[in-house]
Amino acid sequence: MKPPSESSNKEISRYGGLWDLVATGVGRLLIALFVPAVTFVVLLYVFIFLRDSNAPQWVIAIVAILWGVGGVAVLFLAANAFIEQLPDRWKSRLTPFVFVGPAIAILAAYLFLPAILSVRDSLFNANGSQFVGLDNYVYAFTSPAMLESFRNNLLWLVLGTGLSVVFGLIVAVLADRTHPRFETVIKSLIFLPMAISMVGASVIWRFIYNFRPAGSIQIGLLNAVVTAFGGNPVAWISFKPWNNLFLIAILIWLQTGYAMVILSAAIKGIPSELLEAARIDGASEFQAFFKITIPYIQGTIVTVGTTIVIFTLKIFDIVLAMTGGNFGTQVIANEQYKQMFRAFDFGRGSAIAVVLLLAVIPVMYYNLRQFAEQTEAF
Amino acid sequence: MSSQRSSLLGKTFVYGTLIILALIWSIPTIGLLVSSFRPEDDVLNSGWWTVATNPSSAHITTSNYQTVLGIGQQANVAQSNIQLSDAVLNSLTVAVPATVIPILIAAFAAYGFAWMRFPGRRVFFIGVVALLVVPLQIALIPVLKVYLRLDLNGTFLGVWLAHTGFGLPLATYLIYNYISTLPRDILESAFIDGASHFTIFMRLIMPLSLPALASFAIFQFLWVWNDLLVALVFLGADPRVEVLTQKLLGMLGTFGSDWHLLTAGAFVSMILPLVVFFSLQRYFVRGLLAGSVKG
Repeated sequence: MKPPSESSNKEISRYGGLWDLVATGVGRLLIALFVPAVTFVVLLYVFIFLRDSNAPQWVIAIVAILWGVGGVAVLFLAANAFIEQLPDRWKSRLTPFVFVGPAIAILAAYLFLPAILSVRDSLFNANGSQFVGLDNYVYAFTSPAMLESFRNNLLWLVLGTGLSVVFGLIVAVLADRTHPRFETVIKSLIFLPMAISMVGASVIWRFIYNFRPAGSIQIGLLNAVVTAFGGNPVAWISFKPWNNLFLIAILIWLQTGYAMVILSAAIKGIPSELLEAARIDGASEFQAFFKITIPYIQGTIVTVGTTIVIFTLKIFDIVLAMTGGNFGTQVIANEQYKQMFRAFDFGRGSAIAVVLLLAVIPVMYYNLRQFAEQTEAF
Repeated sequence: MSSQRSSLLGKTFVYGTLIILALIWSIPTIGLLVSSFRPEDDVLNSGWWTVATNPSSAHITTSNYQTVLGIGQQANVAQSNIQLSDAVLNSLTVAVPATVIPILIAAFAAYGFAWMRFPGRRVFFIGVVALLVVPLQIALIPVLKVYLRLDLNGTFLGVWLAHTGFGLPLATYLIYNYISTLPRDILESAFIDGASHFTIFMRLIMPLSLPALASFAIFQFLWVWNDLLVALVFLGADPRVEVLTQKLLGMLGTFGSDWHLLTAGAFVSMILPLVVFFSLQRYFVRGLLAGSVKG
């Protein structure tokens, strides 16, 4: 495992004296410091150019992409050049940190420390000047906006997750019995919305839910269908409380593909003898599905469900783009954004973020326990 | 005879259900695509499906795209602030480095965790696993405060680093899972030949890990390209750096009833992810299967 290392004693005898050792040591140190320093200065100057220049957009784009992508590579090379100059003992001690150090630093700076700071901010007032104790949590758990958000998030979690999994399971099970080429086409079509942003999806669905007063031509598909059957057009997006369901439909449309892909892989892993044996014993397709398929892929269903729950908990873009949180459709993440960015109340914004964090703690605990069990020898 | 009939019935049910579901899932996108090619008068005065029911009165035009991209014809004053071409460039400028940077950093870290022994290794990796599901909302305000102080807000660097931070747990976890399964003797024989960790990583491990790197690259690219929250918080409303999702959200507010423009704009924002998605679907699915929890 360890790279072949020479002892420093050998080095001294090879260079034949203390003076040489000091000279090469200083030389090495200079090189070691010089390379990263130059790298840093160059990167800094390009950054200032990017921030302040009025060059055409495409020039900025190209320079920025090259700088961003190349910059990280250069930083790693510079760190390596620095390490290479050090005595072997230090080299082997520091090399692991050249590899994992940047990741640890970024994780600490962007997730770990901010989480702690958010907890602190949540105990202070809007601009952080005064300690307010649990006032922000009182807001987070009792204000009408947040109570509405909790109710709606619960709806999103139950219906959004539940129906995504159900539809994903239906497609996965049925497609498994069709011609492979047909299966691929159907699965691609169901999967396609995953590539679409939630803002893009909101444009698509606002068009579907488009409403015009009775008597005028409906250009929204849903109202066109309703009026074609003689009904009155409905303003779906402001139609309380059902409008929540119409927003959740967008999530289901986006996430079913994900559930389908994962569940499909699990279903293909069921040994075919198992199902055949059940059929020979006279089990109907439905019995085979509920008695064999479902129990066999139970674990996968839980994983898929958990992933979609975590995703749904943070749902934000759809509500912002569809209703802005109006008409009784507010959700936690959008209320957090509103407090943070519209009201500039960093205290309340932080408290709501902490609520979101608390909600995922059980999953985090489960993941960690799972990890500890699987990797005794890690 | 009867069993044959019931199996035919079963087949019809299976194929029928799937076709209906696939239609329901596709119709919203088809409606958008068709509308984006119809002239303003048509879009606002008849449903897009009349293209199929009454093809003789249908018109096709690319003028909606010309307007939203600001090509050709003189755009009028109101429409001049919907030019998406700059936003396309900005989205690319954000998404490419915000995909490559976390991959590179995560690959180095994954190699370190998989093949090196150092104090704190287990604790740090447990940290990575714990951070997998942490909602990024928890980081927005503290990071924003630091950015405002360092003048990083509204810069591409700030957004790249934010996306790197939020994508890094999953990236490290996925790539670690892959790298740790590579046969150990490859590494040992390379060491005997006197190669350093750095050389082994660059020459051996990176090429071998390409499938895992590609899976995560697609995942992260789609994530960043489609992201709205991080862009709103860290890029702000400066039109010089605004990305497509921000622009589209703005259009929904300002041009909420101009469906000919909205549909074209939405499709402009979707075209690249769809191309990436269809050409690399296999890798994407593999990535989804490898690790299905993202924070």
